[in-house]
Amino acid sequence: MILSVRDLKVSFRTHDGPVRAIDGVSFDLEESEILGVVGESGSGKTVSLLAVMGLITDPNATIEGSIRYKGRELVGLPPRELRRLRGNEIAMIFQDPMTALTPVYTIGWQIAEQIRVHRGVSKAKAMERVEELLAEVNFPNPHEAMSRYPHQLSGGMRQRAVIAMALSCDPALLVADEPTTALDVTVQAGILDLVRRLRAKHRSAVVLITHDMGVVSELADRVMVMYAGRVVERGTRTELFSDPRHPYTSALLGSIPPLTGQKPRRLPAIPGSPPSLLRLPQGCAFGPRCPVRYGPCEAGKPGLGKDAHAAACFRVAQA
Amino acid sequence: MLYAILRRFGQMLFVMFGISVIVFLIFFATPGADPAARIAGRNASPEVLAAVRHSFGFDQPLYVQYTRMMEKIFVTGDLTSFVNRGWKVVPAVMDSIPVTLSLVFGAAVLWVVVSIIIGIVAAATRDSWLDKLLMALGLLGISMPVYWLGEVMNLITQSRHHDKWVFSWVPPLGYKNFSDDPKGWFLTLVIPWITLAILYIGIYGRVLRAAIIESMQEDYIRTARAKGLSETRILFRHALRTSLIAFVTLFGLDFGALVGGSALLTEVVFGLHGIGKLTYDALQNLDLPMIMATVMYASMFVVVANAVVDFVYILLDPRLRTS
Amino acid sequence: MIDIDRPILETRSLAKRFSIGTRFSAEGRRTIHAVDNVSLIVRRGETVGLVGESGCGKSTLARCLVRLYDITDGKLLFEGDDITSKSLSELRPLRRRLQMVFQDPSASLNPRRRVGDLVAEPLRIHGRLSSPEITARVAELFELVGLLPDHVMRYPHEFSGGQRQRVGIARAIALNPDLVVLDEPVSALDVSVQAQIVNLLADLQEKLKLTYIFIAHDLSVVRQVSTRIAVMYLGSIVEEGPAEEVFATPVHPYSQALISAVPVVETTPSGTRKRIILTGDVPSPLKPPLGCRFHPRCPIAVDRCRSERPELKEHRPGRKVACHFPTLS
Repeated sequence: MILSVRDLKVSFRTHDGPVRAIDGVSFDLEESEILGVVGESGSGKTVSLLAVMGLITDPNATIEGSIRYKGRELVGLPPRELRRLRGNEIAMIFQDPMTALTPVYTIGWQIAEQIRVHRGVSKAKAMERVEELLAEVNFPNPHEAMSRYPHQLSGGMRQRAVIAMALSCDPALLVADEPTTALDVTVQAGILDLVRRLRAKHRSAVVLITHDMGVVSELADRVMVMYAGRVVERGTRTELFSDPRHPYTSALLGSIPPLTGQKPRRLPAIPGSPPSLLRLPQGCAFGPRCPVRYGPCEAGKPGLGKDAHAAACFRVAQA
Repeated sequence: MLYAILRRFGQMLFVMFGISVIVFLIFFATPGADPAARIAGRNASPEVLAAVRHSFGFDQPLYVQYTRMMEKIFVTGDLTSFVNRGWKVVPAVMDSIPVTLSLVFGAAVLWVVVSIIIGIVAAATRDSWLDKLLMALGLLGISMPVYWLGEVMNLITQSRHHDKWVFSWVPPLGYKNFSDDPKGWFLTLVIPWITLAILYIGIYGRVLRAAIIESMQEDYIRTARAKGLSETRILFRHALRTSLIAFVTLFGLDFGALVGGSALLTEVVFGLHGIGKLTYDALQNLDLPMIMATVMYASMFVVVANAVVDFVYILLDPRLRTS
Repeated sequence: MIDIDRPILETRSLAKRFSIGTRFSAEGRRTIHAVDNVSLIVRRGETVGLVGESGCGKSTLARCLVRLYDITDGKLLFEGDDITSKSLSELRPLRRRLQMVFQDPSASLNPRRRVGDLVAEPLRIHGRLSSPEITARVAELFELVGLLPDHVMRYPHEFSGGQRQRVGIARAIALNPDLVVLDEPVSALDVSVQAQIVNLLADLQEKLKLTYIFIAHDLSVVRQVSTRIAVMYLGSIVEEGPAEEVFATPVHPYSQALISAVPVVETTPSGTRKRIILTGDVPSPLKPPLGCRFHPRCPIAVDRCRSERPELKEHRPGRKVACHFPTLS
């Protein structure tokens, strides 16, 4: 077991009152497994992974619950210890490669910096490793690319550099937050292909955060669907896509226009919009938008249960 | 590179030409500024006036007068003041330059070093009591006018507390040449440096703090944290360099202006005969040759300062380098 | 007597070039070939989808079509009338009939004005309506786009992204336009909300007999909305045809790669589709390659592609492609 998150809760104090961004999230991750985390804005998918990385620096945030990495508790770990893990054993890939790299240093320098901090090797040694890494993420001319500044590279190339940086210390866990959202589809295809190959080679476990069901279906072994700070459904990719149980999951899948076959005249849209975390509805947060809601939905919050393929829904529990 | 330097040089000539023409025209359009009347003195007879006009060349067309003045500044260097025909303008400016440069350079070193320290400390301890204290002091520095602060400094160091051991080293007001007396040069300038720097320390410290705090919100800082870098390294290596861009912009503008004569108040308060004082006196006397020479010198410096700023930009930010 | 087949909008070899730099900058004056030789016909009531990746010129083309940009070369006809170089005042009566909706609803709405005012603004500028008539029209528009009547008094920030885009759409249709250019109207929205807006656009088109030019980078959304598709690469159209046909059987190698690259939800465990992965980056529009612009990345390029630029021509009835070797996969 690489990662085991139990009942994670993250809340922020704001001017308008407390906001619970994450409300009791639990999941496990095995070696070389890819877990897809799907959700819309405000679902808490990014916040929960920032919590895992120890990157929630907001002084108004409180984190409760347990995050165990290889059996070691990360919640409450001193910053110095966390820093030793970050970038070394746990690495992260961010959404926007345009802004994720410091504009005033070369790609090579930035990747080497990470290696030098964690491995304590000489600059020359680090640079050798950088060249290998850039070759591994398919830079056509890795040696030359090392001396490039971020602004001299295209978005796809920058994201490859970010991935090379994330892989530089052979992390056991890789967190990718919407790694292809800012990229064009043909570029995305190359990056997804790369992540797949690298997973096979490095055996890193990957948490893939995205709003794109297609990307999840391409890459993930297991999937977790989040809504308003809670996990509403989890299961293997096949379970989730061929037998979605939570009404939100099925509605979300239904609202994606098909790429082949007959076009529906109208898309089966979900009414309303994702709720504000400041004003969550009573009971099930999806209740007001749910086509099959009934009495109990307003009374309490449905739990996820213990099954491998589980949905947090009273209807499912009832069936 | 050579091209860029040539372009800068061309730009400098253009700016100097434009400014000189404007100054020249404004001077002759100003009512009551008839140079002949000033030179000939009050109640001069029309004949005397005409003679003065002729001997100074004021009866010539303006463009001839302009060209002759430019020639006398840049080629022969023997332009003389209207106030005193024996007083050559170019050497007068040359004599003032070291005074102003000494004052401004010293103050600039002081204010850059101190304000960078203040900006970094305040940004790193953001919202703490130390940050609040530093920013309050900065505001105090900005709020104290130089002429007031300078007089207070003089009052303390020259008269009231001069006899106490803390200030007994302060020499009387005035300027000493660096080559004649380096120690005297340094000692006379210490108090002026501090006085001039205090205002800028306040401004620059606050600007840098704001810029660093803004940089710390950038995505690449989050990447740096994800890399496992220490906060100190993130601050110095990743946030500071981009923050310095705003700082350098401001510095170029202020430094150029000060060297060009804006340090006037400090010069006057401390009895330093620098460019500011020279320009001020020339304006008081409507002494066109002197005005023209100081303005030419100032505009040259502003353009040069701008070029230096651009060069520093390019050092700081590779995005501005062309491939 | 309206000729159904007469195009509402037509471009003939339209080009848009931008100059950057000056004679004095280090590289001298350079030209970006943003849109190059685009001939496109838009018929009344249809939706033409423009697809392509960032920098392909689709947004520039859209802005040329509503004359937000001046056109460098070629012709732009609106209902057969040449409007390529009409002055702003001559365009005024046309502005009413040509509208545009932008991607980021929060950036295109003035945050300090009530949304009712924002929707009424085009009516005040162009219309000859009295105040009560304007109020009534705004209420009607709000209902059309699915906003509540009491929303008029709110400010843009009080709305969700989807609702703000509804306001943007209400503004665009306020003057009963004929043609609406939609530039990435759903890209900033959540998936669940995106479907609502797509449906709303379809409903409005039916009710108001609108013609759309629709731009999005999400190919499945474009397919859903559009009757016809034009695929753009580096400033030019490389393939054009009925939406479902182009998606089912893309002919141009670029369209094939583009469509195959879209990740789709697969329910079978290992049913990955055949995917064409392009190598290299899109060349700079400052220096577009000679010959076919796609040749440096094209898997089937031969010498002819490097020297001779293929024209966009009819390949089969209703299908156009700009390729020397249009192969049907």
